[in-house]
Amino acid sequence: MNMLPPISFLTALPLVGAAVVLIFGARNSRLARGLALAFAFFALAVVLVLWHRFDPAFGGLQFEEVHAWIPSLGVEYHVGADGLSLLMLMLSAIIVPMAMAASRQIEERASLYFSLVLMLEAGLFGTFTALNFFHWFLFWELSLIPAFFLIRLWGGPQRATAATQFFIYTMAGSVALLLAFLAIFLCTGKFDFIDLAEMARNGQLLPALANGLAWHRFTAEKVALVLCFGAFLGFAVKVPLVPLHTWLPAAYAEAPTGTTMLLTGTMSKMGVYGFLRVLLPIFCVQLRSARTPLLWLAVATIVLSAYAALAQRDLKRIFAYSSINHLGYCMLGIFSILRFTGNDPTLTTEKAAALSGVFLQMFNHGLTAATLFWFVALLEKRSGGLRGLNDFGGLRRVAPAFCGLMGIALFSSLGLPGLNGFVGEFLIFKGVFPLATWAAVVSVLGLLLTAIFLLTILQRVFSGPLPGKWSRMPDLTTGERLALLPALVLMFVLGVYPQLILGVVNSTVVQFVQQLKF
Amino acid sequence: MLAWTIYISFLGALALMLLPKGFVRAARVLALLVAVAGFAVTVAGFVEQQSGGLVTVARVAWVPALGIEYHLASDGISLTLLLLTGIVAITGILFSWNVEHRAKEFFAFYLTLIGGVYGVFLSFDLLLLFVFYEIAIIPKYFLIAIWGSTRREYAAMKLALYSFVGSAMVLIGLIAAYVVAGSRTMDLVRLAQFPFPVPFQMWAFPLVFVGFGILAGLWPFHTWAPTGHVAAPTAASMLLAGVVMKLGAYGCLRVAMALFPRGLDAWGFHVLGFGSWRDVFALLALVGILYGAMVALVQKDFKFVIGYSSVSHMGFVLLGLMTLQQIGLDGAVLQMFSHGVLAGLLFAVVGRMVYDRTHTRDLAALEMMHLGKVIPFAAATFVLASMASIGLPGFSGFVAELQVLIGAWRSFPLFAVVAGLGVVIGIAYTWRAMQKAFFGGTTQAVETTAHPFPPISIPERIGAAILLAASITIGLYPQLLLRVIIPALHSPMFDGLWKGSAR
Amino acid sequence: MIAFSYLELLRLALPEAIVVVAALCVLSVDLIFLRAAGTRLRYSTGVAISFAGCAAAVVWILHAPQSVNVLDGMLVLDPVAQHVQIAVLILTMLTVLLSAGSAFTEHVSEYLAIILLATASMMFLVGTQNLLVIFLALEFLSLSLYVLAAFDKASARSAEAALKYFLFGGISASFLLFGFSLLYGVSNSTSFAGIAASVRSPLLDPLVAVAIVMTLVGLGFKVAAAPFHFWAPDVYEGAPAPSAALIASGSKVAGFFILYQVMAVGLAGSEGDMARHSYAAGWVPVVAIAAVLSMALGNLVAIMQTSVRRLLAYSAIGHAGYMLLGIVSHTNQSFSALLYYAITYALTVLGAFGVVAVVEEATGGDTLADFAGLSRRAPVPSFCMLIFLLSLAGIPPLAGFFGKFYLFSAVLASTPGSLGLLWLVALAIAMSAVSLYYYLKVLKSIYVADGPNASAIRVSVLRQAVLCLIAVGVVLLGCAPDLLLRWL
Repeated sequence: MNMLPPISFLTALPLVGAAVVLIFGARNSRLARGLALAFAFFALAVVLVLWHRFDPAFGGLQFEEVHAWIPSLGVEYHVGADGLSLLMLMLSAIIVPMAMAASRQIEERASLYFSLVLMLEAGLFGTFTALNFFHWFLFWELSLIPAFFLIRLWGGPQRATAATQFFIYTMAGSVALLLAFLAIFLCTGKFDFIDLAEMARNGQLLPALANGLAWHRFTAEKVALVLCFGAFLGFAVKVPLVPLHTWLPAAYAEAPTGTTMLLTGTMSKMGVYGFLRVLLPIFCVQLRSARTPLLWLAVATIVLSAYAALAQRDLKRIFAYSSINHLGYCMLGIFSILRFTGNDPTLTTEKAAALSGVFLQMFNHGLTAATLFWFVALLEKRSGGLRGLNDFGGLRRVAPAFCGLMGIALFSSLGLPGLNGFVGEFLIFKGVFPLATWAAVVSVLGLLLTAIFLLTILQRVFSGPLPGKWSRMPDLTTGERLALLPALVLMFVLGVYPQLILGVVNSTVVQFVQQLKF
Repeated sequence: MLAWTIYISFLGALALMLLPKGFVRAARVLALLVAVAGFAVTVAGFVEQQSGGLVTVARVAWVPALGIEYHLASDGISLTLLLLTGIVAITGILFSWNVEHRAKEFFAFYLTLIGGVYGVFLSFDLLLLFVFYEIAIIPKYFLIAIWGSTRREYAAMKLALYSFVGSAMVLIGLIAAYVVAGSRTMDLVRLAQFPFPVPFQMWAFPLVFVGFGILAGLWPFHTWAPTGHVAAPTAASMLLAGVVMKLGAYGCLRVAMALFPRGLDAWGFHVLGFGSWRDVFALLALVGILYGAMVALVQKDFKFVIGYSSVSHMGFVLLGLMTLQQIGLDGAVLQMFSHGVLAGLLFAVVGRMVYDRTHTRDLAALEMMHLGKVIPFAAATFVLASMASIGLPGFSGFVAELQVLIGAWRSFPLFAVVAGLGVVIGIAYTWRAMQKAFFGGTTQAVETTAHPFPPISIPERIGAAILLAASITIGLYPQLLLRVIIPALHSPMFDGLWKGSAR
Repeated sequence: MIAFSYLELLRLALPEAIVVVAALCVLSVDLIFLRAAGTRLRYSTGVAISFAGCAAAVVWILHAPQSVNVLDGMLVLDPVAQHVQIAVLILTMLTVLLSAGSAFTEHVSEYLAIILLATASMMFLVGTQNLLVIFLALEFLSLSLYVLAAFDKASARSAEAALKYFLFGGISASFLLFGFSLLYGVSNSTSFAGIAASVRSPLLDPLVAVAIVMTLVGLGFKVAAAPFHFWAPDVYEGAPAPSAALIASGSKVAGFFILYQVMAVGLAGSEGDMARHSYAAGWVPVVAIAAVLSMALGNLVAIMQTSVRRLLAYSAIGHAGYMLLGIVSHTNQSFSALLYYAITYALTVLGAFGVVAVVEEATGGDTLADFAGLSRRAPVPSFCMLIFLLSLAGIPPLAGFFGKFYLFSAVLASTPGSLGLLWLVALAIAMSAVSLYYYLKVLKSIYVADGPNASAIRVSVLRQAVLCLIAVGVVLLGCAPDLLLRWL
């Protein structure tokens, strides 16, 4: 294991798996699923090994690999992982097998389905470890295409529109991102994130932009703002931030459940990761100057999405809007850090707290949301495709285990102390309160609304009168309980002992805050 | 040794002509073996030649009285295009495995065309280059006129005449250059270093550039291309769009730009906003990019979409050439390779996989056929080819178009922006074609059609795999080709180019 | 009176004598021995004797090359002229071989004899620089060719062609004679040397100008240059195939040779100039005008033809235009280029007529429809026709391309320091591009179209062998032009 470059190996593994599944699982859907799960678990094992070998005391990049790739374009093969990347790798490695397990009912062209999922996993691994824009963009797009096809080919009745919308939004965002970084390359000759961040810190970025791109009326500051906006668009679509979120509910609703788990569990985190890894280090000055509007955006995301969730009748759409809402907290945390605090130590601690909360929230929400969608899938399977809020009632009586376990997930999403969802949100609010008080106050409204709709679900679906047609609904099978168990156990563990994660990411958080330098 | 690519191809053609009638199987296999042998020789030559500098392959006096030599040589640019020819040749034959009607003549013409193309890329004597260039015209005519489809005789004649007119223009420039340089030599390198008088270069350059540009699909002389590509049988379309259009671009670079670099300088006055031939041709290239893309967007015939997309992609090559930036020229040569492979793939899917089975190219009709379910391999191949053609990273088109755009930004910033727009339109028309052809129709479950199509055969799969592998390999590791292209562009031949307007 | 040994003269003119003797042999052998034999045997014998005679003449020329100028320019031989004589002889040999098996006449020996006499006259034409001998040889040649054109007594077309040819020829001969007499009047000499000495002056004498035009009319008729071309389409169409072949090939070569000699050597000093920016009056502008007219008219009218013979006729006019460029730029290099072009053109056209003969014998006509599907019915002649037509179009690596390239380079290089004749060359190349269209039409018919009849055509082995030989020659001369160039 010492000889193999770990990150390259990890990224290549799902690609190899995709090919293997496609070739060998062509006729046999069970074989395809089995092979895919095997590769996914193998990847999980590798990530666990990496987690084990990660040095928590060192906040910078570990497992770095650098090779020349296209010298004439300044492109290097530069990958590495710090605490944040590792956390995301772990999340992906956990969610993907869950998504595969939830896709048991895919029979038609199963080999293609599972190989697309594996390709998506490769895209995730690649994005979370990329340190050069070319590499990043390659894997960014690599995750987009399988997602599109997963929705388009196996989705629900409105899948064509949903997939197209998803594609157009994400593509437009990617194009904006590409253009921004091309402009940066033209002026600085670099594609490497670390180098660019260093330039930004040393104040060399603006002069370079001025040299390369200054047209008559545009100063370097304005140019930098434009470029920042371009890159911002690319990530904001992915998160998503209001008002670029309109693709999400349709996509989540129409996608097959396994895909929705991936979308909400991992792909949305790509957007947040992008903010943290790319936008913040390079464009921190520009973002800071736009701090207030950004905070407004985050708040709007939190509140409006929660409000919208209230109005939904489709369970999947409720959880979709809930996803937007939870990620809004992450964005709130990130934007609050932008405040200029000088060398004030308490506020620096608050920033660290907010950032830790963001990291945690990313992981926890991924886990919880994925589990919730899985439950919806199981419900759909039992109800023959129905998943409306008002279709059910009193299921507590016929499927108590189902109700209980789903209840755990629902409460975790709500933020009940003792479950994992609480810690992240608490830390975020703890940090945001002193840094951006009014934003924190308004966002509490979001918390309230979330509580309302989640409890509504509990009430409408599980309690109340039981309609006759559901009286024979089967409860969770042993197999399903065993499959769900790890996720639920993790929810409890992380709720009680978040140090499991915080211990690993803490030094990274500290380094982040230090490097923000204000 | 590389000269054997030419000889093997011609000998193969001759052997095929001598085969008795009716031996269709033997004809195919022989043709394939010849193509593979040619490619093997090319790869051996590529591996052997570590740098991208000029390496002479054969040099014999041909007509000593006139200073004409039989001079074959290769540098990085030649090697790249030779590889392309080899790949497209092999896959073209694989995709023509089902040709039954007059098969041996088909493959004989095909191999003659390949031999001629190899010859152009290897020639370093101007007359020899012209000879091989013209040799390539006649087989094209017959391939389209005999085995083509829609309006084939008209399309074949149009193509032959346009090509011939283009080469007539080149001949005038060629003879003039020869005479002005003293009627002593036709060696490309020596002629490139000869100081032709500037007024002479000012008219010789556009003449020769347009002459070659006609074959490269320079707007507005591109009209033969869509008609020709649509009418041609699949293998011929693959060769035409994939390789033959690159002959024109190669000629633009190797002859027009190398011999008459001062023709690109500023005129000293402005006409309609243009200050030099460079401005004019850059604009024409840009128009080609946009025009090709916009027209492709409204086509009803699947193959026409691809035909116009070829015009659009070649526009990138020509724009890259006109940037006169190192990076732009690299991008242009790389795009020649990339588009060659991708055009081959796209035409293969449309022509062989779809048209041969459905006998229609009308997108509205194809929409009803649920091809995504019936021939999934074709659908998947087309999806991947579309992604590559759009310029998605991971495929060869991305690096090539990126380099061209960066070069264009440094020389004509506005053009770079508009070209970017062309890329976006490219996404649109590719998307539309893909949707309509493969994923169209209602979203309900489909019953199998009354007449199920024959499955995608092994030669088709191998061919598609080869082309995709080529595109992905260069997309992920473009340094494989760039390491020979970049030194080649710095050879003494191009000195005049860098001295003047270039950076 | 110039004293000269007749024996010496005979020795110098031995090649021509051999050919004449051969002609007489053909006649006598047929008359004496073969009265009762069948046409085929008589034809074969005649062909064999003709072939032997021409071959003997070739061998003699190679064995004893001369370089003389006797009798005030009446017999002028130098290596180039002798090589052109060899070329003419070879063309005749090929014509005769290709004509073997023709069935259009019973008078086979007369036919072959007249061919040989025409050849002898061409050889005389090429070996002289004296006005009188030129006129005599030209008339000799023309008369022979008129008769050859009329030989198919069963065809009204043949008779019409010959009559037109005769009428035109007669008129242009009178023009020629008038021009020659003017030249004699101005210079008091019938040899080129004498004429050139007198005519040399910066200002063009009006009388000389008239003489130039007249001479050009006469000689232009011979080479079928516009606007003196009106006989060509009908003659090419109506004459029996071997006759048309000879008219198109051998007489063209001889005609251009002598046209060059008359203009560049005989009228040296009064050329004038046709370069852009430096126009001067002389015979160059006149020839240039004829060249432009020929190229334009020949190529553009050929587009509309449906009969392959007429197409070849108009293309011949076009090619005459290109060759006239070699005369416009009157340098040594352009002369050698002109000869290369003319010889390879003649060879190619000869082969083309051979294939036309094959088709005519099989289908009875020579329209594009008759050629349909030929590639499946007679693959070898079709492939040869492919070579010939592509060579005529100027596609490398065939002889026609190199001829054009060499000729045009020589024309451009003839004005050192400037590219004065570029406009002419550009026009020529443009017209050449146009020509591809109608050649491709024929090839389309042969290779692409499907004919009503799909049965194989039987072509005699001799004919196929000769056609292949000519095709090989065309390819060889294109790939290794040095083979011919060093003889010019």
